[in-house]
Amino acid sequence: MTANSRSDDLLRVRDLSVSFATDGGVARVLDHVNMTIGRGRIVGLVGESGCGKTTLARAILGVLPSNSARVDSGTIDFDGTDLLQKSPEWLARNVRGRQISFIPQDPFSSFNPVFPIGSQIMELMKWKSPELSEEDVLRPRWRPGSYSRARRNADYERVLILLRKVQLPEPEAILRKYPHEVSGGQRQRLMIAMALLPEPKLVIADEATTALDVTIQAQILMLLRELATDLGVSVLFTTHDLGTAYEICDRITVMYAGQEMESATSNEFFNHPTHPYTNSLLRSLPSREHGIQGIRGEIPSLIDPPTGCRFNPRCDNSVAVCRQDRPDPTDMGDGHIVRCFNPVSAEQRAKAS
Amino acid sequence: MKLLVLVLNRFFWFFPTVLGLMLVTFTISHVIPADPVAFVAGDNATNEQIEALRAQLGLDQPVHVQLYRYVLSVVQGDFGVSLYTLRPISHDLASRVPATLELTFVAVLLSAAIGIPLGVISAVNRNSLLDHLLRVFTVSGLAIAAFWLAILLQLLFAMELGWTPLQGRVDGWGPDEVTRFYLIDSLLMGDLDIFLSAASHMMLPAITLAYPAMATIVRFTRAGVLEAINSNYVMYEEAMGFPRRVIVWKFVLRNALIGTVTQIGLIFGILIANAVVVEAVFDWPGLGLYAVQSILQSDYNAIMGFTVVAGVIFIVVNLIVDIAHGFIDPRESR
Repeated sequence: MTANSRSDDLLRVRDLSVSFATDGGVARVLDHVNMTIGRGRIVGLVGESGCGKTTLARAILGVLPSNSARVDSGTIDFDGTDLLQKSPEWLARNVRGRQISFIPQDPFSSFNPVFPIGSQIMELMKWKSPELSEEDVLRPRWRPGSYSRARRNADYERVLILLRKVQLPEPEAILRKYPHEVSGGQRQRLMIAMALLPEPKLVIADEATTALDVTIQAQILMLLRELATDLGVSVLFTTHDLGTAYEICDRITVMYAGQEMESATSNEFFNHPTHPYTNSLLRSLPSREHGIQGIRGEIPSLIDPPTGCRFNPRCDNSVAVCRQDRPDPTDMGDGHIVRCFNPVSAEQRAKAS
Repeated sequence: MKLLVLVLNRFFWFFPTVLGLMLVTFTISHVIPADPVAFVAGDNATNEQIEALRAQLGLDQPVHVQLYRYVLSVVQGDFGVSLYTLRPISHDLASRVPATLELTFVAVLLSAAIGIPLGVISAVNRNSLLDHLLRVFTVSGLAIAAFWLAILLQLLFAMELGWTPLQGRVDGWGPDEVTRFYLIDSLLMGDLDIFLSAASHMMLPAITLAYPAMATIVRFTRAGVLEAINSNYVMYEEAMGFPRRVIVWKFVLRNALIGTVTQIGLIFGILIANAVVVEAVFDWPGLGLYAVQSILQSDYNAIMGFTVVAGVIFIVVNLIVDIAHGFIDPRESR
């Protein structure tokens, strides 16, 4: 539990609750969420739209909208530091873009349209170059140190090398272009390059391939997996697509209505789904044997969620206790963690196809 | 390359636009129900004298011939003679255009230099007390009539406090005429006294002109910044931990300025219109004062000359704005 597990886990989210003020009332978007990312591991965060995966990603980055979101409880332990105890300024300087970087969902609108790509990347390097030490970024008035010609040239070389690694042809030419002049796939490759340039410990990829063509999605996924493995970077990969998660993730955490329901290695997850929600999800994948089976009922309101387990109104296994108490995460062995009073039995289990 | 095409394209449209402008001013001056020739000839002129003068001024020709001659001469820089002083209008305009341009340029620079930062600050502190105060300030700028503000400023700063001159463009003789912009010419001469005198005379009329223009710039910059701040690229830039000041003053501002620059082009037209009033109040020897005098004297040639020149200035400024757009917004020059 102590020194040893700390060095194995890069990120540990514990008991994290986040509420949003909405027109209809206060919505508990994250409800006592737990999640762990091991060093060098790729973790998939899977769930439907509105289940809280983007909120969790933003909470880790420290960019929740300050006027509407509130952290009610919990800790986000990143490499031994509780990020929730740090000031926004400290997080911006020392964590975001430097230790934790970000790949956005939509590479089309996430580039600034009026600056050349190269100028945006070099601005990033000015503040987030791996050559900068923690001392550099925490200087009283946060200047980029002296951004000398020598450092700039070194950074530029670094950029060219990484652009070749993400398989962009003619990197010098691309750096001179504006974002609207390159294709969507190229833009997402650039985003991956920008995420990796500062040599972060963790990359958060928020639905990073959703906006791309299916043919390009696979290329980008493989590229991301390859680079992360090579560089030993941990990745938190949010997606609503189980197949995508299975392809590239070491471990998968499934979220439902603001709670993580099950967390296991990818193989374990597909071979022994244990939470009724996960099981239904797997069964809802189209297959030749049973066609498409949806999950009955609908996603609950987060403003007035069901008491007890948030999945209980839609659950085939629900028993009396499910409607009264919130189940705690339980380790079923080998780090297979499930939040359920009455997990699925072997007969109910969906077969992995 | 793309930018060059854009510039050539805009230049190409410059000429038909100016031609259209001349057509409009010419038509207007010929449909108004007054006979300028009779006016010039005076009350005691006989009919023969009036017709002789009409022939001398070329106003007895068919309308299309008059139009042809008018366009031909204007293109050569000849606006005819003043019906009142019989001096060539081009001479009058040449001495007055620089005075108005200098005043309006200073007003535009002033309003942009103050308005753009205020717009950004207002947007970044949206709905704060500061934002509300700035809103009161800008709405007053749009609501207050220029002549009234001009008089108030004169009363306070010239009459009461005595900090600035009451009116005029400079004390004594102006500087040697090179650019005919006194602020520049006095510096070229190296005469600081004339420069300070010109600058202090400039102060009140420039502020009067700049205030409503600044109000417009604040509003458009604020709207542009707010739109940019809620965009995905700012969300990304925040997620990557760029310093707040870089996000706001570099990444956001450049996007917000696209709308502001368009407004500056349009504001220029309003400034020239306001200059008519402001120059009259401050006795500023520019186009506006000339226009007022010409109108009071029913000096049609002069009015047409003023209108064409003011219109051309407006068109040229917007040509420059269009080209500036190409530089600020790379998507424009596709």
